[in-house]
Amino acid sequence: MASTDGHPGNGGGNHGGGDQSARRRPPEWADGLKQLYDSVVEEALPDSFKDLIDRLDAIPPARGRDGGK
Amino acid sequence: MSGDQPSGEKRSAGEKSDFKRELTGVVPHLRAFARGLCGRPDLADDLVQETLLKAWAAQDRFEPGTSMRAWTFVILRNAYLTDMRRNRFRGEYDEGVAERILTAPAGQEEPIHLSDLHRALLTLPAERREALLLVGAGGFSYEEAAAICGCAVGTIKSRVGRARAALTEMLANGSIPRRSTDDDVAHSAILEELDEVAAGNGVSARS
Repeated sequence: MASTDGHPGNGGGNHGGGDQSARRRPPEWADGLKQLYDSVVEEALPDSFKDLIDRLDAIPPARGRDGGK
Repeated sequence: MSGDQPSGEKRSAGEKSDFKRELTGVVPHLRAFARGLCGRPDLADDLVQETLLKAWAAQDRFEPGTSMRAWTFVILRNAYLTDMRRNRFRGEYDEGVAERILTAPAGQEEPIHLSDLHRALLTLPAERREALLLVGAGGFSYEEAAAICGCAVGTIKSRVGRARAALTEMLANGSIPRRSTDDDVAHSAILEELDEVAAGNGVSARS
């Protein structure tokens, strides 16, 4: 298991990935995990979500909100 | 969580519209987190809808200026745990994602398939899976992830470490469960964890 990153922040502008991965070689799937997540974030958003929020927003701020289950 | 505090005029109209805007903005992240947790896009989206409803009802408890993403993730994970317990809904694997292949970085012989990775992820116990998702995919710090899960930072570190080790091993050995067995493996692992969580000693007490 790679020793945890000291990551001295020698931020030399561009990280092509070569330098860092040569030293501690994160698991090769690490990028994939991020990619799985990002691929969903970048998906076109179905209208249903915005519609739901709009509907909620349209409900007058009644004090008793007992509609939920 | 029941969200009926008698909300007086706590929030200004501006704050309310900020809330709405921020909540809308965080939906793609909620979907990604939910999909990672439960695998199936349709169930994940149901979970997001539920989260939005709960977040809306609880909006007076959101502190403006804090992270909407972190706040809603707490709601989502709680809803997920509750639903799982109730419906025993299953971490089934999404066929659509299976078609996508992660291109191999230069110098590597075998590409890692995102589908394999996702399937492997779904076999992890729920606590480790969420910890890894938060830190490894969502980009949260250990501290933030600990706050979201309501546990100690050390606990999160250990869960992430174990999750990473398990995934690395599965992917290295090619010992990723096939789709059919995946459900069973993941499911029983999840239920085991949930029993502990339900018993009240899961989430905060363990290291």
